[in-house]
Amino acid sequence: MLELIKNTIDFLSQPSISLTMILVAFPFVFPPTEKFDVWHRKLKLHKIWTKQGGMIGLVFITLYFFLGFTDEHFSLILKKPDNVPIIFIIYSVLFFLWLSMYQAYENDQRLAAGEPVAEYYPAKEKVLVWPDLVFIEFIALILMTVFLLIWSIALPAPLEQAANPTLSPNPAKAPWYFLGLQEMLVYFDPWIAGVLFPSLMILGLMAIPYFDRNKEGSGYYSFAQRRKSIFIFLYGWLVLWIFPIVVGTFFRGPNWNFFGPFEEWSVAKVVALSNVNLSDYIWVKMLRIGLPSNPLIRESVGIVFILAYFGLIPIVLARGKLRALPEKLGPIRYGLIVFLALAMMLLPIKMYLRWTLNLKYIIAIPEAFFNI
Amino acid sequence: MTDASATPTPSEAPAQEPQQDSAEPIERKSFLSWLSVGWIAFAAATGGFFTMMGRFMFPNVLFEPPQSFTIGFPDDFQIGVVDERFKDSRGIWVVRSYDGLYALSTVCTHLGCTPNWLITDNKFKCPCHGSGFRKSGINFEGPAPRPLERYKVTLTEDGQVFVDKSVKFQYEKGQWDLPGAILKV
Repeated sequence: MLELIKNTIDFLSQPSISLTMILVAFPFVFPPTEKFDVWHRKLKLHKIWTKQGGMIGLVFITLYFFLGFTDEHFSLILKKPDNVPIIFIIYSVLFFLWLSMYQAYENDQRLAAGEPVAEYYPAKEKVLVWPDLVFIEFIALILMTVFLLIWSIALPAPLEQAANPTLSPNPAKAPWYFLGLQEMLVYFDPWIAGVLFPSLMILGLMAIPYFDRNKEGSGYYSFAQRRKSIFIFLYGWLVLWIFPIVVGTFFRGPNWNFFGPFEEWSVAKVVALSNVNLSDYIWVKMLRIGLPSNPLIRESVGIVFILAYFGLIPIVLARGKLRALPEKLGPIRYGLIVFLALAMMLLPIKMYLRWTLNLKYIIAIPEAFFNI
Repeated sequence: MTDASATPTPSEAPAQEPQQDSAEPIERKSFLSWLSVGWIAFAAATGGFFTMMGRFMFPNVLFEPPQSFTIGFPDDFQIGVVDERFKDSRGIWVVRSYDGLYALSTVCTHLGCTPNWLITDNKFKCPCHGSGFRKSGINFEGPAPRPLERYKVTLTEDGQVFVDKSVKFQYEKGQWDLPGAILKV
């Protein structure tokens, strides 16, 4: 029975399956439109953001980790001092997600009933910064210091042997907060996954106040008033950042192969990952005439594909499904938002292409170190 | 009324005459020469600093293994075997195939980790992002964009294999056909 559960979890943890489940469930858990909201309520998913729902979620996650700590393979990964923050991260991310959604749903109910939001505070009463706020902050500071001291004494930092450039540990993992970037590096060239995408992330986050000028939901939690913004943000935060960190920590083993959490990290595990570029697929496998010598002709299909992805899709959307948006947002804001959204979609698209078709690069010009 | 008191009218402005310093005034000519002395001193100090920085790039003693060395006779290497003896000390794998003998760099072309030779899988596998290379050095799996680099191999006069790591051959530039990329033995 226990073995069956473990094997099922191992099977579902394969990124191709787990990412698909997350992506399919995402619009139903965080409905971006009213249509999804109808299904959201039909499936009773709004119960997640109640106190009972939170408790059930807490019990499930704790059971999962309890199962992990009793398992001979998973406990090795969980007990590694490097990975302890990831357990904290899972608990704290889910807790604060639940807390904010709980407050947002409560406020949505109040707003629907015409009552003031929970954060509404009658202006007549006054709260003093000192002592009311500063005192709480001071206590939090002391408790955090105590916690960090105990943690650092109980779990010493894992020091390894002296650095040796000819010996990379297997698997060689980045610090936990960079594991998402390391996961991206598996699918993209260093200059894209290491330079371009992080820059886009930072610039995109900085640009949020200029993109999202919705005055509603300012100063209080609300989901119904800003569904789309919250959906897009949580997609970036949970799917593109937290999920790759969890995958990198728990599911990447020796030789950077995928392992289920309860699977043994065997160096001998063989996974065939022969990757093929798009140009090989087209010129060698489909047309059977061999690669052209000119790299621009060789990669022309990939270049057209990328240009169409970033150039045509915004125009098609502006004529079709998102007809109202360009006028509402203005062409520049609309263009930038759609560009960033398409860049956010490029990561899962590339992941799926790698997992299903073993596609390595859409554009591959190693002569100029330009690969997408 | 408040406007008038806030901004002084042009007629009021000359009333505040610039106060002369009581110290002896610096003349225009000597000011310029002092200025040039200051700038020359600054430029000299900065130049000296950067010269020392530049000098730092060329240390008197280099604590690194020599970039060219002999690794033994061709017959020391079996055909079809990846020789890992020089991985730690020299940073090369020596491979002898039926075509000849070549020296592969141990630096992954993706982000510079050191791959491991997996004898059971017959491939080099990088532990950082999972790039895989065949025995020839050709990349076939994972994100590595190009094959491992090869170093120049020649024979010395007494018949030993001589590796020169300062000359490298990149497959994607078509350099593996050049003389020195592979030693026909």
